[in-house]
Amino acid sequence: MIRKIIEMSHVAGEGHIPSALSVLDILWVLYDKVLDITPANIHKTERDHFILSKGHASLALYVILAEKGFIGSSALKDFAKKKSILGGHPDRTKVAAVEASTGSLGHGFPMAVGQAMAMKIRALPHRVFVIIGDGECNEGTVWESVKLAAHHQLSNLRCIVDNNHSSDRALKLGELGMKFESFGWHVILVDGHDQEKIRKALCTKNNGRPIAIIAETIKGKGVKKMENNPEWHHKSPTAEEFADIMNQLK
Amino acid sequence: MRKQFVRTVEEVLSNDKKSVLLLGDIGVFGFRNSLLKYPDRVYNIGILEQSTISLAAGLAMHDFVPIVHTIAPFIVERALEQIKDDFGYQKLGGNFVSVGSSYDYAALGCTHHCPGDVGILKNVPEIEIVVPGHPEEFDRLFKQSYDNGRPTYFRLSENSNGESLKVKFGKANIVKRGKKATIIAVGPMLENVLRACRDLDVTILYYTTLNPFDSDTLKNNASSGTVIVCEPYYSGALDYDITEALAGRNTKIFHIGIKREFIRQFGKKEEIDELLGLTSENMENRIKKLIKS
Repeated sequence: MIRKIIEMSHVAGEGHIPSALSVLDILWVLYDKVLDITPANIHKTERDHFILSKGHASLALYVILAEKGFIGSSALKDFAKKKSILGGHPDRTKVAAVEASTGSLGHGFPMAVGQAMAMKIRALPHRVFVIIGDGECNEGTVWESVKLAAHHQLSNLRCIVDNNHSSDRALKLGELGMKFESFGWHVILVDGHDQEKIRKALCTKNNGRPIAIIAETIKGKGVKKMENNPEWHHKSPTAEEFADIMNQLK
Repeated sequence: MRKQFVRTVEEVLSNDKKSVLLLGDIGVFGFRNSLLKYPDRVYNIGILEQSTISLAAGLAMHDFVPIVHTIAPFIVERALEQIKDDFGYQKLGGNFVSVGSSYDYAALGCTHHCPGDVGILKNVPEIEIVVPGHPEEFDRLFKQSYDNGRPTYFRLSENSNGESLKVKFGKANIVKRGKKATIIAVGPMLENVLRACRDLDVTILYYTTLNPFDSDTLKNNASSGTVIVCEPYYSGALDYDITEALAGRNTKIFHIGIKREFIRQFGKKEEIDELLGLTSENMENRIKKLIKS
């Protein structure tokens, strides 16, 4: 899937590769082992729900949606093209499996809070998962959402922080887990590239509180020249770079 | 109009289990009974308007019909991106009901003024904008549109026209026909316009829905070539709609509304009306002068 992500970005000249790679393991575990979301139930509300609040990591979401049969694999070839259903940021009006059109940071999390409230009002047993980034945690709406979810005891809500440390160059966030905990969340710290540990964390049972999973990740994980290299944040590989990366990934 | 808002929404909450009311710590006393009666569908969410709008979008994704209520600048200006992205772009339905239109909270200063709301929201595609001029009109317009699957902004005003008209969502009312000019009266401006024009040979069109704009009614009732827009917010918010409706015609457009300046004085709304030349006497003189010119 890493190769596919690189290829899509190379062909389109678009995409945030390192952000997609930092979250790829988490997304894979979600769709492969955790979420009760299938192409068959996608149009129903009585199922789990997932929002990728850090919408710029869309490349990772798209390859997984294709792998799991939510979209045709041919759609990947058209990524970010004029008539594509797959944009640089996900668009819910074009893809049924995209729950929310995200891109501007700090929107998806409070929308997930609204979804969790809706499930609670209807007394449905399903869960709402949302992935935010550590850079996104600078947005005030993230902490508004943390407060809202704790106040309304949304134990059906799971917030995963893809802590790839992209915020470090701007504002240091300190101990994210302690911050969530101080608002009343149940917090789990996990290696965001250890799929079994991610699975266990995501499957933690309800304990009356919303659950935050702080996942330590590496931005650009899997491609050496991109790992923790801000130059690649929103850069697509040239033909030469593409060939070089593909060689490395063999 | 605020009391009617409470009555109307109480009725909607009672009849429609999909309706959810989210208060931004405003109107809590007015809705005290609903807060007790429907604890799972009426919330005093608190003072976090941006997240409230996004949260409302999350509810709308699950077929609930959210009604968000707080003071105009905190909905329109503070949470504009949430309205644009989470409702407009995502094609979700919901209702945003503001109080404190323009300078209704005159004494509280510019942080609580919002004469820019209609002009700002006119720049968000597909947002419906409703400016009722009377409590009964709010009741009709809200019930006609609140669950139509689109995002709708309702602008409640402290002052109302003396009588309500049989308004219909998306349609302008022809109040009077005349030859010398077409007056567009928006919401609570109608009362003053009627007084100012009682002896004038003019057409008066009454607009309570500003988006979608009823172009046909204007097109068919603007043969004089003079349009005077009387609007209770920053002048010019309807200019694109008016010029599109009358494209190709030689038409002069004049405005009687609020100038784009900070109102740096306090006092009562009526005192600011006087300051801005929006008393009925002033409006009468200005309309007469414009027609003569």
